[in-house]
Amino acid sequence: MDLSFLVQLLRFGAPVGLASLGESVGQKSGLINIGLEGQMLAGAYAGVLASLATGSPYIGLLAGVGASLGLGLLQGLFVIRLALDQVVVGTSVNLVALGATSTLFRAQFGSSGQLLSVPALPRFGPGLDLVVLAVVPLVALVAWVMARTKFGLVLRACGEYPSAAEAAGFSAQRVRWLAAVIGGLFAGLAGAYLSIGVAGSFAESMTAGRGFVAIAMVTFGRWRPWGVFAASVLVGGLEALQFEFQARGVGLPHQALIALPYVVALVVLVVVGKGGGAPAALGQPYERAR
Amino acid sequence: MTAAIVLASVLVALWVFGVDPVSGVSLIAKGAFGDKFGVARTLVRAVPLVLVGLGVVVAWRAGVFNIGGEGQYVVGGLAAAWLAAALPLVGPLAMVSFLAAAALGGACLAWLAGWLEVHRRVPAVITTILLNFVSLQALDWAVRGPLQEPTRQRPLSARLPSESMLPRFDPQTDLHAGVFVAVAAVAAIWAFFRYSHAGFLVRLVGENPRVARANRTDTGRTKKLAMALSGALCGLAGGVTYAGVSGQIGDGFAEGWGFLAIPVALLGGLEAWGVLAASLLFGALLAGSENLSRFSAVGPTVVYVIQGLSVLGVLAAFRWRRAGGAGGP
Repeated sequence: MDLSFLVQLLRFGAPVGLASLGESVGQKSGLINIGLEGQMLAGAYAGVLASLATGSPYIGLLAGVGASLGLGLLQGLFVIRLALDQVVVGTSVNLVALGATSTLFRAQFGSSGQLLSVPALPRFGPGLDLVVLAVVPLVALVAWVMARTKFGLVLRACGEYPSAAEAAGFSAQRVRWLAAVIGGLFAGLAGAYLSIGVAGSFAESMTAGRGFVAIAMVTFGRWRPWGVFAASVLVGGLEALQFEFQARGVGLPHQALIALPYVVALVVLVVVGKGGGAPAALGQPYERAR
Repeated sequence: MTAAIVLASVLVALWVFGVDPVSGVSLIAKGAFGDKFGVARTLVRAVPLVLVGLGVVVAWRAGVFNIGGEGQYVVGGLAAAWLAAALPLVGPLAMVSFLAAAALGGACLAWLAGWLEVHRRVPAVITTILLNFVSLQALDWAVRGPLQEPTRQRPLSARLPSESMLPRFDPQTDLHAGVFVAVAAVAAIWAFFRYSHAGFLVRLVGENPRVARANRTDTGRTKKLAMALSGALCGLAGGVTYAGVSGQIGDGFAEGWGFLAIPVALLGGLEAWGVLAASLLFGALLAGSENLSRFSAVGPTVVYVIQGLSVLGVLAAFRWRRAGGAGGP
């Protein structure tokens, strides 16, 4: 395996990897973010718009992060402040993001699905760029924060048994707000990198389920940052492999190759089951008793 | 109240996307009810919303989040198209067997997700979503492979002969007998929850699994049953669209009904007749927004935004009402 393939692996794995890293933080605090797909899509669209307007891919990345964060805060208002059902709210956020980006895209660029010439991220050496370089340090940072810091400990407590965290003097809602912000940042970076760094354009519903795959990868990677990252790179690798296979004319129908990451994720989930490691209060709204 | 919130969402969405709300609403209304073509469009779009929406209701009532309506719809359509290609069926027998095959196909896929949730503890939210993508790729492959039309020009299955398709009322419109299937399904699901023992168990397991277990109800079995029924309804929707509207399936067969129907089920209060009302409303919005897209830059994609805003609005309204009454829960 040569170096450029390794970089390719990281590039294709980065969107799902970053998104699932953020999702793992949220899930550890007890939030299951079904709206991840929508947040990524909003990030992808805002990123493309901003980088086209300013000519700078870095401003594009920032704009993508901002858009996703905004959506994440809206979602937080419903699932944290109002303690409403996380699956229902997340599904609605996805619909809003899908509808809004598609409507705006058609209104601005027509429905012909033209390719936009988005300024590319500058690359160094064997195809590295800023985001690819940042992925591994970010995983290490999240792993350290979650395992070694007081904040990480409190956050995990909120996902396991929020009443205990409250009894120890912490606000479960505030901790979940921070987790939602972290998730929004990662989702936005993932989405903006997908459009600016990987595709170089935007298309309607271009995230194509990567947000949902990222949610599955959190379970697959047992809620551990390095495990989640490894699972995502594997899936990204299967995506990179698909282009390799097509180029070499391997005799599998290419639909089977596209479906492969989803099948692999399913099979792994079936084999390992939910098992241990899932936060006990995952998906349960927390309201302080009055 | 729900209707008021949906209307407010329509106005907000139109305003945000720069369409004058008054003329926008009148364009939508004209496209949805203006003439017999509009009414037919509305009803044709409401049919899959009703069937998939009922499917969502059955699963969610049992406490299983079936987000896989899209995949089950596709597998339903595929099963019907496969049957049409495999057996030389014609006439009413053909229609009934297509619909049965579609329901069976959808039921198998959803049952699998239910089985995984019950026996392997993998949440259905995740598996049904993954199965959606697998189903969509299977569709993409089938219409370019085994089910492709004989000339092998386009990614489409062979067209059904018109005598095997669901009958139409008026040759000028697409309105087909599937509307009766949809209404019958609404009545059947209403009766299922109101009168049948299994329907009672489904509600019990969803609302209070502890009580269900204390009464020696097999909660796992009930969940699997609910998923199979849910998938059968979603698959049936695919079969009705196949045998009613197009008579063939292509790679664009899915059209997002599985996702559009989730808010429909929620706004219908997870009740059979509520789903019917919500489906008519959103069928009208879909049909009307096609008309809107001819006069403005905004098209049917705006309906997704309206749906999302409506659900969030209704959730917030219920929440505030709950908080306001008697000092909270």
